[in-house]
Amino acid sequence: MYWGVDIGSTYTKIAALDANGGVSEVHTIHTLVNQDDRVMEFLNGKNISSIVATGYGRDMMKQKTGCKSISEIQAHAKGACMFFEDTSVVIDLGGQDAKVIQIEDGQFVDFRMNDKCAAGTGKFLEIAATRLGFALEEFGEACKKYDKLIEISSMCAVFAESELISLIAKKESAENIGAGVHNSIASRLSTMARKYQLDKRVVFTGGGALNPLLVEMLESQLEIKLSLHPYPQLNGAIGAAKIAFDGA
Amino acid sequence: MSYEQYHSLWNKLGIDTQKITAGVDGAIKRHEEVFLTQSNRPSKMEYFDEFWRNLQTGRIAELDKLKEQGKPLVGTFCIFVPEETVVAAGGACYGLCSGSPASIPEAEKELPRNICPLIKSAHGFKLLKMCGYTQSADFIYGETTCEAKKKTWEVLNTHHPVHVMQIPQKKDEKSMVLWGKEVEEFNAHIEEVAGRELSFEEMKNATEIINAKRAALRRLDKLRGMYPDIVPISGKDGLLISQISFVDEPIRFTEMLNELCDELEKRVSQKSSVFDSDTARLMVLGTPFAAPNWKLHHIVETSGGAIINEESCIGHRYYKDDVELDGVGTKEELTAKMMQRYKKIDCACFTPNEERIQKIVSMFKERQADGVIYYTLSFCHTYNVESFLVEKALKAEGIPYLAIESDYSPEDAGQIKTRVEAFIESVKAKKQAKA
Repeated sequence: MYWGVDIGSTYTKIAALDANGGVSEVHTIHTLVNQDDRVMEFLNGKNISSIVATGYGRDMMKQKTGCKSISEIQAHAKGACMFFEDTSVVIDLGGQDAKVIQIEDGQFVDFRMNDKCAAGTGKFLEIAATRLGFALEEFGEACKKYDKLIEISSMCAVFAESELISLIAKKESAENIGAGVHNSIASRLSTMARKYQLDKRVVFTGGGALNPLLVEMLESQLEIKLSLHPYPQLNGAIGAAKIAFDGA
Repeated sequence: MSYEQYHSLWNKLGIDTQKITAGVDGAIKRHEEVFLTQSNRPSKMEYFDEFWRNLQTGRIAELDKLKEQGKPLVGTFCIFVPEETVVAAGGACYGLCSGSPASIPEAEKELPRNICPLIKSAHGFKLLKMCGYTQSADFIYGETTCEAKKKTWEVLNTHHPVHVMQIPQKKDEKSMVLWGKEVEEFNAHIEEVAGRELSFEEMKNATEIINAKRAALRRLDKLRGMYPDIVPISGKDGLLISQISFVDEPIRFTEMLNELCDELEKRVSQKSSVFDSDTARLMVLGTPFAAPNWKLHHIVETSGGAIINEESCIGHRYYKDDVELDGVGTKEELTAKMMQRYKKIDCACFTPNEERIQKIVSMFKERQADGVIYYTLSFCHTYNVESFLVEKALKAEGIPYLAIESDYSPEDAGQIKTRVEAFIESVKAKKQAKA
């Protein structure tokens, strides 16, 4: 089996492709200290032909096992193209960063990532959900019931949180505030994405792609239909596994 | 280390020996980690490594000797300040400490947080009295290349004498008349400090010294970038040399750099490269890298890339042009030639600055580089805004481009590494596709 290991800052995603290149198993485990040891423990006894590592922890996996390591950008591009061969742009909203990747003939040629702050990332969605009393998984669906679009203008997650607090104090409904948060993230993502031509297939990945309101708002802002990845949060790991498979 | 023989010098300059000892130790350790871990370095780098170790000790003692002889010591932050005149007066014109995050919290007691780290770092060094160069300077020559700088001079002037040269924002005739007057005033000021009028011979001699230094730096630049199959010296080492070019004694520096270049020429003829053949050869554009800001170079060169040129003020913009001396027979003629030379500086403070964009494209083609990284220090609006036009011109030529904005803090190194690695992967894929 061909393994892809994506060690992110919060979760480690692991995917395996079988001899035919199909996804045979996927796993998500928490990222803690000595994650390379934990991954090796996890893989112990498994059928391993080769491993490719990606994510922030890729270098430690490489040092530990001598496996190949690739950037997240390449992994995400590869993963998206595995499911949608004609992908021309990938929009990825993860916990710590947001990225937009431009692809030509299956190879990424350019990309953009957000700045160091958390605004416009999944983390911001998480902070807002907690503050408004929603579970992250139900946040998007619940906020679809909004009846007024509130503008969240702050550039920074910390200030945006205090903006939320003042909206709560104004007795705005949690759904309306939540929808405003979704809209502000969609608007940041679409600003990044508009740098590229969006007239061909655009694939949305990352935890953000699991959120139906975010998908809806992003589609409306970009005026396109997004293709949704079947394993949005595992795209990096699957892309890494695909590179392991292709290299064999 | 205790550096005891320098304690009296440091005390004389108002430097806290304990604080600077920690600073010097830190700078030496960082240099060891970043530079001495490289393999197959040219042996002639030893001079520059040693210079780095003596940055706040031996070199400051040399400057002190000049000072005792009554020679002017002029600190600057900009390549517009005509160093030839200071050298003609027997003095030293040098760049001031401005590349460390350590001095920034102190500066933020007086300056806003959201201005560029270079200015804050420099101001902090003055407040902490941690830079031998700043402390030794008779005065600092500031300039008006950006808003943050020109207002900081007013604050800095409350701690150290600062003079300001007004750099024009356009290159039309009337702006150049103003700039000419600024240069004349600068020259007159240096003569006043020196206590005598400088002769044509002194001016010409000094110009030859600085021309020779720039020629040696151009020679290094060629060796770094003009051989598509061979990179005889790392970008990190090249950058360190550029940084040292702003503080070292120019005649000795030129001699040592030419010796290094002799060694590099041999490497080129023996096809001996410091990087693997599949390394991505990248140019860096944009804002200056003041020592010890080695972050981007270190990330690139530990991620499968090599930096073969810095299109920045600590780099190519500083040494690309000489003062022409052919047929010059009087001081007035020489001043006019100096003017012409300084007019060619394509700083982003000028509007428009079209010549810079064309230059970048032709530099890229000459070097047959694989890609370009546009580096902007946070809050450097001129270079940051100009990057849009540069990117457009490069993309039109199909040149791979990555923009990085950063400050001096170490915490974004991981994110920058992710971007740089991805960029290098894409550049290599393109290279392979071409081959």
